[in-house]
Amino acid sequence: MNPDNYLYLSAILFTLGALGVLIRRNAIVVFMCIELMLNAANLSFVTFSRMHGALDGQVIAFFTMVVAAAEVVVGLAIIITVFRTRRSASVDDANLLKY
Amino acid sequence: MGNTGHGETFLFWIGSAVSVLGALGLIFSKKIVHAALCLCTVMLCLAFFYMAQGAVFLGVVQIVVYTGAVMMLFLFVLMLIGIESQDSLTETIRGQRWLAVPLVLVFGAVMIGVYAHANLPAFIGTDAANAKGGGNVPALAELLFSRYYWAFEVSSAVLITSAVGAMVLTHKERTVARKSQRELSIERFERWGKGEKIQVTGLPNPGVYAQHNAVDTPALLPDGTPSEVSVNATLRGRDTVRGFRPLPLPSSKRGGSNGSIEPAANEEVSQ
Repeated sequence: MNPDNYLYLSAILFTLGALGVLIRRNAIVVFMCIELMLNAANLSFVTFSRMHGALDGQVIAFFTMVVAAAEVVVGLAIIITVFRTRRSASVDDANLLKY
Repeated sequence: MGNTGHGETFLFWIGSAVSVLGALGLIFSKKIVHAALCLCTVMLCLAFFYMAQGAVFLGVVQIVVYTGAVMMLFLFVLMLIGIESQDSLTETIRGQRWLAVPLVLVFGAVMIGVYAHANLPAFIGTDAANAKGGGNVPALAELLFSRYYWAFEVSSAVLITSAVGAMVLTHKERTVARKSQRELSIERFERWGKGEKIQVTGLPNPGVYAQHNAVDTPALLPDGTPSEVSVNATLRGRDTVRGFRPLPLPSSKRGGSNGSIEPAANEEVSQ
């Protein structure tokens, strides 16, 4: 198997995550798509780590997971706060600053 | 771990098909719970890939942290804000959805094109790097506490900040004192005394004099009619009340003190 296949898969997953962020309006689904993009990036980190025979890529993927966990906690708290005030989880409804 | 064997090739093609299908399901599923399950599938496939590529520790962390903790957090929030919440179909930016598809396709094509044209080396494999530290986990730990020590410290600050931030964001200050049962009761009777049509006594239990005593069975009033207020409003909203349906929601019909409905509407309960 061509080793680049992992990178192609990572690119496809990242693209699908970006598509989800752009076309879905529900904040939680948008958030899950962001997680998908982070995971796709992690896959290419691990693949590059194997390609170059160094563990640095795996360490960076580990840090990505740490940051993703922190981001999920804060992001979901924001979603809950927005839902409490506006009774909606749609990203389009939080437009109070627009006007 | 240097080159890919037949087993890994097989695993890759199966896993990549499943993960791409899962990603598509995440984007296009109507129910959010299905989307969350699709994302779980993708994450599990990625954990297999990590392990197949020699990143054993990351594979385990992927399962424990992502599919375990992060997805559970997502499901908790789903339960909090309501599983039924659907996507709104109105577009605030006109044509955004149809513009997004070609843009994302171009982006993906550029990324794949870059990978296709890049002069990427063959896999060296992480066996040598792992052996130098005495295994994948010790080797990672050695890197983490030497070269990436500063980043490790900063990530602890990030985690603490995010925990505090989540607590601050979801904290709700009580602006008025909580009313006691006695005060609530007095308030109810005062409103009733002013002529408001409210129920001053406790609501009837579900299932009283009915066929079953399950919570989804409405109580029967002395005249044989089911009492709508005896069943939880959530069950009424989901339309899972046993015996008769559709039952009017409490907002639409809050007439009498016990809110009985017409006997013609029930089929199973009246005998």
